Amino acid sequence: MAEVLVVTSGKGGVGKTTSTAALGAALAQTGQNVCVVDFDVGLRNLDLVMGAERRVVYDLINVANGDVRLQQALIRDKRIDTLYLLAASQTRDKDALSEEGVRRCISELRTRFDWVICDSPAGIERGATLAMRYADLAVVVTNPEVSSVRDSDRIIGLLDSKTLKAAQGERMEKFLLLTRYDKIRAGRGDMLSIDDVLEILSIPLLGIIPESEEVLRASNVGAPVTLSNAASAPARAYMDAARRLKGETISMTIPSDRNNLLTKLFGRRAA
Amino acid sequence: MTIATRPPRHSFRFRGRNFLALVLKPEMPLANWLAQLDQWLARSPGFFAGKPLILDLAGLSFARSDIAGLIGELKGRAIRILGIEGADASVLDETLPPLLTGGRTSGSVEAVEAIAARPSIAEEPAKGAPPAASPATSHQQVPSLLIETPVRSGQTVINPDGDVIVLGSVASGAEVIAAGSIHVYGALRGRALAGAYGDENARVFCRRFEAELIAVGGYYKVTDDTESHLRQKPVQAWLSGDELKIASLDQNDKEAGKWRKS
Repeated sequence: MAEVLVVTSGKGGVGKTTSTAALGAALAQTGQNVCVVDFDVGLRNLDLVMGAERRVVYDLINVANGDVRLQQALIRDKRIDTLYLLAASQTRDKDALSEEGVRRCISELRTRFDWVICDSPAGIERGATLAMRYADLAVVVTNPEVSSVRDSDRIIGLLDSKTLKAAQGERMEKFLLLTRYDKIRAGRGDMLSIDDVLEILSIPLLGIIPESEEVLRASNVGAPVTLSNAASAPARAYMDAARRLKGETISMTIPSDRNNLLTKLFGRRAA
Repeated sequence: MTIATRPPRHSFRFRGRNFLALVLKPEMPLANWLAQLDQWLARSPGFFAGKPLILDLAGLSFARSDIAGLIGELKGRAIRILGIEGADASVLDETLPPLLTGGRTSGSVEAVEAIAARPSIAEEPAKGAPPAASPATSHQQVPSLLIETPVRSGQTVINPDGDVIVLGSVASGAEVIAAGSIHVYGALRGRALAGAYGDENARVFCRRFEAELIAVGGYYKVTDDTESHLRQKPVQAWLSGDELKIASLDQNDKEAGKWRKS
């Protein structure tokens, strides 16, 4: 039975698309059939992060409107056979999505994949509510700072009221993915601590992704970070998070790049 | 020169009050509607006693005499009308209740069988939401609303009849409104408005005070107006005269205990 997962946050720029790509790739690397779906109609980015921007022919809107078959719009990843992308349309806007079209599209994806991961747009409007509407579980991406935490809290409220699951009186499972976590800044008190964030949002923690240049590098080369450098700290953190999604019990650690400080020092000296 | 004889200025204060008014909306034919009203009154005599009532005439083109007749009918049933909504101002005169505008809908007060208005959690205020069906109580018990989950940013919890008890936290950007008192057993980071319909004996209690705004009976304070030593402490807020007071509930706190009415 397929799991439909929405990656959402309310606030923009916290790492939804990066996390969608990384979690999707990580799950596919464990042998699962995965489709990542970009719901950010008009501001699509997932195709870039997945390195598939030159292969998009049909998109979510075409499928939702019934112009093409799902098969024609799915883009298979060149690196992992079990990873697919359904891109968003860049020339349309969120009003082009119909609720019925999305429902049909998601239920068809359910029959084909183990995991359907929906990359929600920022905000709480139509695009974001449609992305979460038919989901079974949600990953709430949050940075350890107050505005992101409050927006996440708002989104959690919407997950509990605007989703089909909520409408049917069921409980939506929600997990917190803390991204851009900086141990040093948190230690200095410049950031909210993990405990603070967990206390405010009070949902279970799925993973802590350390702030890393690897993430930026990965999206620039068009590869999910778990593929571009699987040994890097963020890649290992995403991999752990993916295994937790599959139900494995893995102790919560914050991976770090070994000798980070030393490498930086020597790197600078050599330059 | 016209300076001399200005009378001494007394400060003149107006006070604001919020009441939840019930809205009666007659339907045509009027005789049937009145008959239904009579049936309803037979089951719940005294339901309207002491409650502010508004007559909504939107969509009904009543002449002055029709309105006067209707109000007479209602008066005969011991129902007094406070104001009229949705009527043309020109048909009303000073013998009729005044025209009211700008009313905001608040969660439907469905008085079908249940005596009490239902408490509701609304995603957006006034949209109404999961009906927490309250059983009809024969003896008028003031229902309190127990929320076992955190109140999230953007959510509003309203109990127009009694207390609100929140077991979790009230997030920044969330709002809790109660006719009675508000008890928050987690952190209060949003807004808490107790005694929202005029009850000046209502209080706000919270385990950890980080509220954006706290109000009792229409008097409010924002965080910047509160003393910093109270932040993150267990506190309560109450109204003393027309001053909103906030004090620690912590036994070890020197300030604690000042609130007790000696």
